[in-house]
Amino acid sequence: MLYPITTIHYVILSAALLLIGTVGFLTRRNIVIILMSIELILNAVNINLVAFSERFQAMEGQIFAIFVIAVAVAEAAVGLGILIALFRNRETVASDEIDLLKW
Amino acid sequence: MNFLDAIWLIPLFPLFGAVLMFLIGRRLDPQPERSPEALEPELAEAMGEDAGQEHGHHPRFAPTRRLISWICPGTVLVSLLFSIGAVVQLAGLAEKAHQVILYTWLAGLPFHMGDGAVGRFAADLGFLLDPLSGVMILVVTFVGFFIHVYSIGYMGHETGYYRFFGYLNLFVFFMLTLVLANNYALLFVGWEGVGLCSYLLIGFYFHRKSASDAGIKAFVVNRIGDAAFILGIFMIFALTGTVRFLDVNQALHGLSAETAGFGVLSLTALLLFVGATGKSAQIPLYVWLPDAMEGPTPVSALIHAATMVTAGVYMVARSNALYSLAPETMAVVATIGALTAIFAASIAFAQNDIKRVLAYSTVSQLGYMFLAAGVGAYWVAIFHLFTHAFFKALLFLGSGSVIHAMGGEQDMRKMGGLKDKIPTTFWTMAVASLAIAGIPGFAGFFSKDEILWQAWSSPYGSKALWAVGTVTALMTAFYMWRLMYMTFWGECRADEHTKAHIHESPPVMTVPLTVLAAGSVLAGWLGVPKAWAFLPGSFHAFEHWLEPVWVAAAHEAGQGAHEAALEWALMGLSVLLAVAGILIARYLYVQRPELPDRIAEASGPLYPALLNKWYVDEIYNFLFVDGLAKGGGRVLGRFDQAIVDGGVNGAGWMTRFASAVSGWWDTWIVDGTVRLIAFAVKMISYPVRFLQTGFVQQYAAVILAGMAVALGYYLIK
Amino acid sequence: MVSAILFYLFALMILGGAVLMVTRRNAVHAALWLVVTLLGVAGVFLLRSAEFLFVVQIMLYIGGVVLLILFVIMLVNLDAEARQPRFHRQWLLALACAVVVGAEIVYVLLSGLEAFRLAPAVTAVQTGGSTERLADVLFSEYLLPFEIASILLLVAIVGSVVMAKKRI
Repeated sequence: MLYPITTIHYVILSAALLLIGTVGFLTRRNIVIILMSIELILNAVNINLVAFSERFQAMEGQIFAIFVIAVAVAEAAVGLGILIALFRNRETVASDEIDLLKW
Repeated sequence: MNFLDAIWLIPLFPLFGAVLMFLIGRRLDPQPERSPEALEPELAEAMGEDAGQEHGHHPRFAPTRRLISWICPGTVLVSLLFSIGAVVQLAGLAEKAHQVILYTWLAGLPFHMGDGAVGRFAADLGFLLDPLSGVMILVVTFVGFFIHVYSIGYMGHETGYYRFFGYLNLFVFFMLTLVLANNYALLFVGWEGVGLCSYLLIGFYFHRKSASDAGIKAFVVNRIGDAAFILGIFMIFALTGTVRFLDVNQALHGLSAETAGFGVLSLTALLLFVGATGKSAQIPLYVWLPDAMEGPTPVSALIHAATMVTAGVYMVARSNALYSLAPETMAVVATIGALTAIFAASIAFAQNDIKRVLAYSTVSQLGYMFLAAGVGAYWVAIFHLFTHAFFKALLFLGSGSVIHAMGGEQDMRKMGGLKDKIPTTFWTMAVASLAIAGIPGFAGFFSKDEILWQAWSSPYGSKALWAVGTVTALMTAFYMWRLMYMTFWGECRADEHTKAHIHESPPVMTVPLTVLAAGSVLAGWLGVPKAWAFLPGSFHAFEHWLEPVWVAAAHEAGQGAHEAALEWALMGLSVLLAVAGILIARYLYVQRPELPDRIAEASGPLYPALLNKWYVDEIYNFLFVDGLAKGGGRVLGRFDQAIVDGGVNGAGWMTRFASAVSGWWDTWIVDGTVRLIAFAVKMISYPVRFLQTGFVQQYAAVILAGMAVALGYYLIK
Repeated sequence: MVSAILFYLFALMILGGAVLMVTRRNAVHAALWLVVTLLGVAGVFLLRSAEFLFVVQIMLYIGGVVLLILFVIMLVNLDAEARQPRFHRQWLLALACAVVVGAEIVYVLLSGLEAFRLAPAVTAVQTGGSTERLADVLFSEYLLPFEIASILLLVAIVGSVVMAKKRI
């Protein structure tokens, strides 16, 4: 079961990382850590992509991983920019104090 | 040179002059500054501005004024030369009519014809030269030219010189358009145009209230006639489908005369005649013409004696084919003409203003023309128009010369004894007075005698018409020579200052007088009485010249009924009456000058009635101005207050009531509904609001929970 | 055998780092634990013969993103934040949901284990290294998405500058 390492091990690893990232996203109040949790989720996706790329001997998985990384970088840049603007205006980075979406 | 095809140029020359005057006239003739007191009407009247006053100081005028004096009469002279050329060439044509159609001016206006079909109202910008319009353009340009020349002298000291000549040239343009038009629509344009110029020139001294009032009166009274005239034009179109003279005549030729009763043809003819009474100053629309004497004297001579006022006669003669089909209307025309003749002559008895006597004389003579037209002797009407143009223009110009000499005085009671002081004026006016009185050898005799003869002998005529005409002849001779005797004989009744200034007019004024005097003698010899059989045929040229125009008429009046003996007898009677009239005037105003006043006293209410023109102006004022206009205004005012204002107020009240209801509806029903819906939505949304916390993480948690549930659902299923 | 040991080592780094990252009160510590996780992921990439991605993961994620996050943490005053509750008040609910979802995923994977077993491993035709083949595909077949990604990055640069600057 634990040996040899097959694709399913990677998938389970990926799922676990995804769940940890999700829990982090849902439970932490600090927006910086929420952003880091998103990075965890994206990395979980990347593990999956690379695992199946090796499994099917197809380059598309790696290519999509590259695109995911590119999107993650962009997301981090914009998200942190928003964070700074937000902090400048509201003097806080606590997510439960930011309720601008309320009716 | 082919003048026949160039007839459309004839009206354009004066138009050129007019346009030039309106564009650059003020530059050629800079107007002196008017001092404020000169604008005061009383003062202006006191200075007698309507005659070229010799006293007082004259404003200095720019030398370029001389240019105007050359241009404006010059354009008319060119027109005269073209007219002569065209008429001479016309005489050489076999068919005595030449039409030049430049283009279609009004095209394709749908129109319901008399028979119900839809016609197209089309009118050309076209010109027709036939013997009738030939005579008219010669009269207009010839008399017009000499009156222009006369005006150079008469208006020489007046301000507004360029304006005067501009209007005068514009008038000649419209008059030539009127007589040269080949259809009723274009004739109507000229008709209105001369009316406009008449208005402008009557009101030439517009700073004088009486002059501007007279202009407005002339314009308004003419409108009444014009309204009927335009209806008549439409009737003609409805009858024949065209307004072109030649085509109308052609179409009417096939119709039979309305011998029994009063029908469509008679109505059409009557409408045209009402138009003619307005323009030609016949009863009941003559009242504007005497007042029109407020204008400068050359204007009175040209417009209100020689040309414009004869437009009605011309129009009736032009429509002769129509009139010949409507004997009822011809009787009306003849009767109105005869009544106007004697009525106006009676008023002329008691007038003291020299120009007013001539004005009523004009009305009276126009009555003669309509009498002739009404008995079917159209050529005689035109013949009288022709001779009258010369001697009446001459009389007006002569009176202008007298007024000029008297320093603006128009009242004959302050004249007298001028015979030796202004001999040229005297002799030329004497010729004209003999002509209008009907002394054999002078132009008026021939035309007037022919009218009386036709009134007697024509199938349309009657003894009564002849009698009225003959009595009028006596009256004409009397009042004309009353004028002559009061003006030129006896003691001079002017004050010393005026007396010292009496002088003959300059040659620029006396030469036209002389020329017109020659015309007053010679013009008549174109149509000598039939009884004068010893003269060769060329002395009957006028009648033969016009003959082609009447071809379309059903029958020609008066022909073949010439009985030499009777004609001689009637001629003798009228000459006798003319001489008697002159002698009575001489007896009353030269030999026994105190008699007229005693007669006036003895006559009871008759003399004041004559002096006040039979109170016609007052009656019209009472009936139409006070009665119809003001009384009607009062009625309309009450109507306004009661009905219109009531309606408005009622509408206002209704609006307020409706808005109150509407407001209640809005507040309780519309707003209530809206609020109810809003309240319902609020109630329903209350539970949903709990989910909308605005916290992103809660939303994400809901997503995750939903995902768990959805996934679980598929796994369990 | 070696690869299996390495896999478990990397899995430990990933999951341990992730759990610690999520639970640390101090944001700087969390960021450092994130670095451990990302290094573990990079190792996994290497295990699956994705050498290029391994390099990208190290250079871009650890050298770029985490560095950026650390900068932001330093810019933002987190002292007051540190004294406040670490977790959101919904943490229990969220954790429960996550556990349920995780259980469902595990159930799906285990019930589908046969599929993974039966699917035959494709034996690759090895022509050149993984990076070379990646470049071949990326710059021929996926050129257009590649260019679009560059535009996305450009927009992100502009957007972050706009957001972060006080006054433009």
